[in-house]
Amino acid sequence: MEQHKNFMQMEIPARSENEGFARVVIGAFASRLDPTMEELADIKTAVSEAVTNAIVHAYANPGGIIALEAWAEPHRLEVAVRDCGRGIDNVTQAMEPFYTTSPETERSGMGFTVMQSFMDEVEVHSQSGHGTTVRMVKRIGCEE
Amino acid sequence: MTTQIHYAPKGVLRVRLEGELDHHCAFQVRRELDEAIDWSAPAVLELDMAGVTFMDSSGIGVVLGRYKRIKSQGGSMRVVNVPPRVDQIFSMAGLYAIIARG
Ligand SMILES: Nc1ncnc2c1ncn2[C@@H]1O[C@H](COP(=O)(O)OP(=O)(O)OP(=O)(O)O)[C@@H](O)[C@H]1O
Ligand SMILES: [Mg+2]
Repeated sequence: MEQHKNFMQMEIPARSENEGFARVVIGAFASRLDPTMEELADIKTAVSEAVTNAIVHAYANPGGIIALEAWAEPHRLEVAVRDCGRGIDNVTQAMEPFYTTSPETERSGMGFTVMQSFMDEVEVHSQSGHGTTVRMVKRIGCEE
Repeated sequence: MTTQIHYAPKGVLRVRLEGELDHHCAFQVRRELDEAIDWSAPAVLELDMAGVTFMDSSGIGVVLGRYKRIKSQGGSMRVVNVPPRVDQIFSMAGLYAIIARG
């Protein structure tokens, strides 16, 4: 089953200039599923949040890597954003609206909330000191 | 992202944002806005969002941060021409409880 899905994988350094690049890549990949403008914007925004989190929160030092992976099958896009950074101690707490560990840099703590409201599934796997994976699913062209 | 800054009469500072407002450009936008705010000490800061083609939660931080700055100087703030997607994110963050939408 799995090998019939179209997929993409890429690795990028955790640098802010790659946020826009990641959005363009996922947008181009998702376009094959013929999403509406709205669905496409939802996907780009959610991926932007996850990639930005990996850039802002995961690595204390420069040189960290972010992996972006996506799988496409009819009416369904799955995306994973992975880092090997500091990890999240308490994922449930981190996903609460307005929870942020970086208020001093004007973070609002709304990233996970945005991901959850724009995607159909959001799953966060994290291990302290080892990294974080955000896996998201968007159903495309399915009437509610 | 580009910022067009317009000092209108009666202490209104109008700023038009154009392009993608993400974490990458947030620092620059913040700096340009803060310079304009500190220089003109406006009664009202008006952010025109019409040209914003993309925004994520980083934009919330930028807007809230400017709100705090202008408020500490006794001014107020409003956002105008907010595109639907930006509006969705502002609403999610409860922004309109403290910032007027023109
Ligand atoms: N990849 C990650 N690695 C380590 N910590 C993370 C990661 N992603 C999120 N976090 C933690 O989860 C918290 C909440 O993330 P969320 O994206 O919701 O808010 P934020 O990034 O702090 O603010 P905003 O996204 O609104 O700018 C972060 O403050 C951070 O502590
Ligand atoms: Mg975030």
